Amino acid sequence: MVNRECGVFFSTYAADMRLFPLPLTRWTMVGIAGLGFVVFPLVASDYFLNIANLVCIAAVGAIGLNLLVGYTGQISVGHGAFIAAGAYAGALVVTRAGLPFWIALPFGGLMAAVVGAFFGIPSLRIKGLYLAIATLAAQFIIEWLIIHIEWISGGAESTVTVPKAAIGPWVLDTLLEQYFLNLIVLSLAIVFAMNLVRSPIGRAFIAIRDRDVAAEVIGVNLFRYKLLAFAVSSFYAGVTGILYALYLGAANYEQFDIATSIDFLAMIIIGGLGSILGSVFGAFFITVLPMALRVAVDGAVTAALFLFPAANISHVVQSMTAVKLILFGGLIIVFLIVEPEGLNKLWRNIKDYFRVWPYSY
Amino acid sequence: MKGSKWLVTVVASIAGLLAFTLIGAPVADGQSKEPIRFGIMYDQTGPTSVWGVPIVAGARDYTRLVNKKGGINGHPIEWVEHEMGYKVPTAIEGYERFKAAKVVAFWAWGTPIIYALWERATTDKIPATTPGFGRADAADGERYRYVFPMAASYWSQAGAGVKFIMDQWKKEGKTGKPKIAFLYWDNPAGREPFPILEKLQKQEGFQFKSWAVPTPGLEMSAQVQDIVRRYRADWVITHIWSKAPAISIKEFKRLGFPMNRVVSFVWGAAEHDMIAAGWDVAEGYYGMQFAGVGADYPVHREIAQMYKEEGKTPPKEMFEISVGYNRGMLWVGVMIEAARLALDKYGWPLDGAKLQKGFEMIDGVRGLEGVAPQLKITPKDHEGGGYVQIFQTRGGKIVPATDWFHGYRDVVLEAVYATKEGKK
Repeated sequence: MVNRECGVFFSTYAADMRLFPLPLTRWTMVGIAGLGFVVFPLVASDYFLNIANLVCIAAVGAIGLNLLVGYTGQISVGHGAFIAAGAYAGALVVTRAGLPFWIALPFGGLMAAVVGAFFGIPSLRIKGLYLAIATLAAQFIIEWLIIHIEWISGGAESTVTVPKAAIGPWVLDTLLEQYFLNLIVLSLAIVFAMNLVRSPIGRAFIAIRDRDVAAEVIGVNLFRYKLLAFAVSSFYAGVTGILYALYLGAANYEQFDIATSIDFLAMIIIGGLGSILGSVFGAFFITVLPMALRVAVDGAVTAALFLFPAANISHVVQSMTAVKLILFGGLIIVFLIVEPEGLNKLWRNIKDYFRVWPYSY
Repeated sequence: MKGSKWLVTVVASIAGLLAFTLIGAPVADGQSKEPIRFGIMYDQTGPTSVWGVPIVAGARDYTRLVNKKGGINGHPIEWVEHEMGYKVPTAIEGYERFKAAKVVAFWAWGTPIIYALWERATTDKIPATTPGFGRADAADGERYRYVFPMAASYWSQAGAGVKFIMDQWKKEGKTGKPKIAFLYWDNPAGREPFPILEKLQKQEGFQFKSWAVPTPGLEMSAQVQDIVRRYRADWVITHIWSKAPAISIKEFKRLGFPMNRVVSFVWGAAEHDMIAAGWDVAEGYYGMQFAGVGADYPVHREIAQMYKEEGKTPPKEMFEISVGYNRGMLWVGVMIEAARLALDKYGWPLDGAKLQKGFEMIDGVRGLEGVAPQLKITPKDHEGGGYVQIFQTRGGKIVPATDWFHGYRDVVLEAVYATKEGKK
């Protein structure tokens, strides 16, 4: 491959500042977009479209968390709560005010951003694990508020039923239409995040992550940029929440609990901290791995019953199902040992290999 | 490079297992007719796994028994199984699997999952059964055409609990009105009975106060102390689950509260709760059930016989966690009954729309006499009457304390149909 910088010269600032300066990268991007927007929808069944939808939605949230944790170095365990805040804000705007979804998307995002920035205030005084515990509080406070304030939750069930997204008379009610919606939002999220992290704001984030005292000395306003990081990250979380609500037809806080926050942290750690592409890889990995394991375990059950017909089915299924959790944890450990810097590093290794291929020097 | 070898091994083994699943499809036992497929979604690794294990064991054994006896008019029953660990994305994946496999009906498991799936199920015309999970107003069959709670909802349980207490109060010849305390899990499912309890308080004039148990439900000594010492409740209704019921039993015992003044909703009175609390500690404890308890019903003898013929022993859940095991039989039994009715009336091939009609014709569950109540599902009432039976823990066993009954049905139904106008 000729994916190298050698011999590419720019004669204008605009050309130098392009998101993808190399022609080959641009063509690769066009190819990937073609796969995502044209080829996959043509060949995929509902089953795979559903998985793709879930991955797209999760990827938006993972990118947001990576901006906060991976780029700015502020650990947050409250991502699930910010997703819930966005989901309910968006759902209420759609149901009570009757506004269309394309207003609810930014509105829910902004609402989550406000909430996130508020819970980000402790980050000015505390760091690391201490901050993690402070953001954990957000998880409990927001959950409690949603359950107990009926104006938000809409009654004892704490669930707001959301109509499907619609553009005028066109209702996006098939999985395919929803896939396009989610993919477009994800594309926007990726492009925005990639531009953000190479802007002055992104450089300020990275400076804070690497050494906040040094950042302050060179003139980065910590108060402003830390809260900004929380706000941007929560905006992404809020958008994720509304996408979930639109996709599932209901905003229900139970699916945005502490386990969700941990899942999102796992996505960015496995995908690669401080990497946009890694967030997408991580979202894919964490969403699809349980499904792949389920298929494997079903296969193992069939195999076991085939080999030992005398065994009790219920017991075989139970023991094999338990193996699934062990495998899930085990595979995460394996991936982290093989590549501590995440799936993104694996991808870079592959690229580096082909960059000098066929000569290894 | 070492890493990539690892990867190759992992990917290869997963691919190998995949191939095995595709090739080694289940072999039908000599039955030639096309199978009827049910989607069975359950949790054996998540927070509700303590129920998932016995319920699925019961459902599986009952399905095998029906298949052994020739299936439904010769059509064997086939499961598309999906273990989802109480996670919504995994559950939706399962639903899409069900849809691709053309199931005629499926179990939905867990309140958040029902919310995420009922609309899709309605669009795709696949009936979903949601026994014992949230959303009491889904009993309104005209509004939720493809959702079948088919067992007493939390609202019906609230009605039955109050009726039981009022009956006991009268039976003991006491005057005045009882003081009732309600100990509930502080989440939507836990708070769901409130509208009914509050309405009944106004109607019946008893004293009523409630105490919340926060997640994860492991600490409730302050609440119990308050109920016993300060409020001095005459009766306690508990609506808690997972490890919490055993803890509540121990706390009430510790403060000397009589155990036969506590009545639990359906998720708080299984054998595993008694084992965790100690059978002697729980002596006298009342619990509500929407399926029979114990392994003495005729269907259990048939299942034991089936295992004997195969030269195996029945799973231990059948005897040790019969509450869950029997619920599993009931849940799948209702689906089988619906399929049988639909097949008799509309004939092969079955689909979701026909099965929906089949569910609405259910009047009692054949083959599960005793385990199932006199379930009567109608196009208007998808709950099937909201029957429960109250059992008591006595001498290391859970024994019946009442017959099947429902309490304040008028109040419950009024609430079910009122929500239609109330919201949106």
